[in-house]
Amino acid sequence: MKKDALHVELGRRYQFAASHRLHSPQLSEEENCRVYGKCNNPYGHGHNYVLEVCLSGKIDPATGMIANLADLDAFVTRHVLEEFDHHSLNEDVPAFRETVPTTENLCIEIFHRLKNFPHAKLVRVRIQETANNSFEYAGNMEENHS
Amino acid sequence: MVLLTRKIEFSASHLYHNPNLSAEENRRIFGKCNNPHGHGHNYTLEVTVAGSPDPVTGMVLDLKELKEILEREVMQRMDHRHLNYEVPELAGQIPTCENIARVIWQLLEPRITQGKLHRVRLYESPELFADCYRNDASEVAN
Repeated sequence: MKKDALHVELGRRYQFAASHRLHSPQLSEEENCRVYGKCNNPYGHGHNYVLEVCLSGKIDPATGMIANLADLDAFVTRHVLEEFDHHSLNEDVPAFRETVPTTENLCIEIFHRLKNFPHAKLVRVRIQETANNSFEYAGNMEENHS
Repeated sequence: MVLLTRKIEFSASHLYHNPNLSAEENRRIFGKCNNPHGHGHNYTLEVTVAGSPDPVTGMVLDLKELKEILEREVMQRMDHRHLNYEVPELAGQIPTCENIARVIWQLLEPRITQGKLHRVRLYESPELFADCYRNDASEVAN
């Protein structure tokens, strides 16, 4: 059996606690209330987000690794966790001044922040907002084919 | 096509050390995983098989048979073992999650005769896992 025919991915989980408020300036107060329900509470609320980062690449025969976890941890800490953990997504993350910080949009923002990880290819990010809700983003088709 | 997943747990010890690197490089690259006395994990393995349910039994494959394959190929080889010294399939490789997942794929794939092995996911801890696919399966999944 050829080793090359197998495709291995590495998944790593992180947690961060952040607050957000779902409110679209394009909707009226009443519509915001109807669409977002209690997530539209003007004072916001928070979650313990679980971020799952998935990478693919060749397993380095010297280390047995797709990527060294210390490098990945440092990259995710610098590009995501430092800015997101114990912060308000709406107030502290520039991308969410204009965009509603739903977990769908959070996946896209984090994917773009991590896609330049230099040691392996970012395959997808998956975020659990609560134990019952999770979202995934694997880049758009153009990015996948470039 | 339907995907069926069975989960098992096993406990094993390992250490990361590449004899071609200096002691200092081993420590720098592998950190505390380079401790010469090793350490251990409770591994969780999720094995996913793809197939069409048999019209007579309604099953993709007989779970009892899958359970026996996992017992024989994985549990007996790896449970309560030292992965560096007691698993010949891993000889010469650093027993990272990536390499163990790949070896488990190679052990299971020829044994699964009903349905087709779709994914092997191995958790070393709740925070770290590796997925192994055949290349065509991962393209379908993406």
